[in-house]
Amino acid sequence: MIYTEFSFPNDMHIYWSLMIVTYPFITGLIAGAFVASALYHVFGRDELAPVNRLALLTSLAFMLCATLPLLNHLGHPERAFNIMITPNFRSAIAGFGFIYTFYLTVLALEVWLSYRPDIVRAYHQSAGLKKRFWNALALGTHNVSEEALRLDAKVIYVLSVIGLPAACTLHGYVGFLFGSLKSNPWWSTPLMPQVFLLSAVISGMAMLMLIYLLLAWRGLTTWSFACFRSMAFFLWLFLVFYIVSEGLEILFFFYESSDAWYVISTLIFDKLWNTFVVLQIGIGVTIPFVLLSYLLMADVKERTFIALTALSSAVILFEVWMMRWNIVIGGQQFSKSYVGFRDFHPEWLEKEGILPAILLTLLPLMILTVLLKLFSVKDEASRAK
Amino acid sequence: MHNDPKNRREFLKACAAAGAAGVWVLLIPRPGAAQRVHHIDPSLQVPDWMDHYYAYVIDLNKCIGCGNCVRACKRENKVHEKFFRTWVERYQITDEDHVYVESPNGGHDGFSGNVAHGKVTRSFFVPKMCNHCRNTPCTQVCPVHASYQTPEGVILVDKKRCIGCAYCVQACPYGSRFIDPRTHTADKCTWCYHRITKGLLPACVTVCPTNTRRFGDLKDEDDQIRELIHNARSSVLKPDLNTEPFCFYIGFDRAIR
Repeated sequence: MIYTEFSFPNDMHIYWSLMIVTYPFITGLIAGAFVASALYHVFGRDELAPVNRLALLTSLAFMLCATLPLLNHLGHPERAFNIMITPNFRSAIAGFGFIYTFYLTVLALEVWLSYRPDIVRAYHQSAGLKKRFWNALALGTHNVSEEALRLDAKVIYVLSVIGLPAACTLHGYVGFLFGSLKSNPWWSTPLMPQVFLLSAVISGMAMLMLIYLLLAWRGLTTWSFACFRSMAFFLWLFLVFYIVSEGLEILFFFYESSDAWYVISTLIFDKLWNTFVVLQIGIGVTIPFVLLSYLLMADVKERTFIALTALSSAVILFEVWMMRWNIVIGGQQFSKSYVGFRDFHPEWLEKEGILPAILLTLLPLMILTVLLKLFSVKDEASRAK
Repeated sequence: MHNDPKNRREFLKACAAAGAAGVWVLLIPRPGAAQRVHHIDPSLQVPDWMDHYYAYVIDLNKCIGCGNCVRACKRENKVHEKFFRTWVERYQITDEDHVYVESPNGGHDGFSGNVAHGKVTRSFFVPKMCNHCRNTPCTQVCPVHASYQTPEGVILVDKKRCIGCAYCVQACPYGSRFIDPRTHTADKCTWCYHRITKGLLPACVTVCPTNTRRFGDLKDEDDQIRELIHNARSSVLKPDLNTEPFCFYIGFDRAIR
């Protein structure tokens, strides 16, 4: 049967707009940055030591802002805590409060333990109000004896081991929110959590590399090319996993050719042609994959390696943002009749518009700037000098 | 600096005291709470939920697309002008299997003219609404229990509890839900719960001139709807999704989405 376009009368609105695009983008950056830290702590990748402290601070800065897009999206944000007070445990969203709180606790504890010696040192070197501030941050305990630091290191290791699956759960769970909706053929696939998780890792890793480069250029952190090269390798590795997962997802849709394929093929070849095919796949995936593959195989100068890797990282960040857009907005550009479509044009100044989305994405970077003023991200050896 | 167990003990004590204070604040009933609970009018008639289980039948052979039901629903429930708790679609199918579907203003003002190109071989109207599914994804996904199922099988939204996340709107496969711009909460058909709990019929059923829409109680042995559902060949919308709708269609057509 061939249908002319028809949408159900209530299917004229896109309810999940830029805030729901921004939310998984921010949580993805958290998970990705934490993975970089875990590679050092748990998997013994010592060459990543120079970015370990930066990774933790970056994760924390983004974590503090992760709920803001959701709160701005809610029709009744004042009732948001009902999710934790009277949760419906059959609902995927109900888990968010608990998963978020658990991961925030683990992350905050790990950051605090990692920076405890710095906090105590600042406490001893300051006076007056500043001393009170550092004392509050030290939670009143100033013991940085060797024995205490050894214990801290052990706890940090345990927290990293717990934090890695927690970070993966946090972001895999965001994919589950979409993937578990059987009403929506563009979302409903068991591969969705995996695609979200892997895209989170590459976006977090890419952002960390860019921040690391910027800080090293400004002399605010210890530069190590071995560290940067290792991150580029992991970026490429997770990018390959991500491309395979995303590719398999589309291949499944096409090969199964079920009732849903009409909707999905219309999205891919019409509604999302520019944002999915051209921008996400054509530019966002292809350029970094080709560049990083070349860089890891060829013998290039250090400056060239850094420049092209930085370019790849920036393009990957763009790719992941486009991926969030294509999943979230694309999944609402068709009616539940599966034969009707609609367009979406965000406004700049509306509550969930472009400007609030930009501000909420920049806010964690502003928080990170403040954190960097308070804490040094240089590694142990450099700080000792 | 040295390891000071006393310092650590004091710190843990302070944490425990702060935690206990927090729990105390949350658990101790506020003044007036008890009075509020007991201040229920004893003469209030509470419906006997367990004695009913409602179902809805739509006979597509009878619908004439007059739009009475849509208008009655809008008036009875003060539905927002841009949205619909119930609507009517018109299907026109040509001899070349081209399907033309329309629902101008949800069928509120009826239908006019012919939208199909070619020789129309089948034409019929399809009233739609919330299917009040037994295995419903909308109540499953609601994070705060604002969407819930009553013991009589009616799916309702508690507007004082709804946080307006729109997850239920995304989860409903039938396009039956929307966010009311006036309240910023989810809205949908309630089978006129305020009427049926008083023994009345939903507004849409009351005004239907052709008896297309039928509503009844499956637990009432004398209710005709039992016989209708058990004896007539009926179908439900999107049965493959296993939502178990309690809105049954007689005279279903394979073209219906």
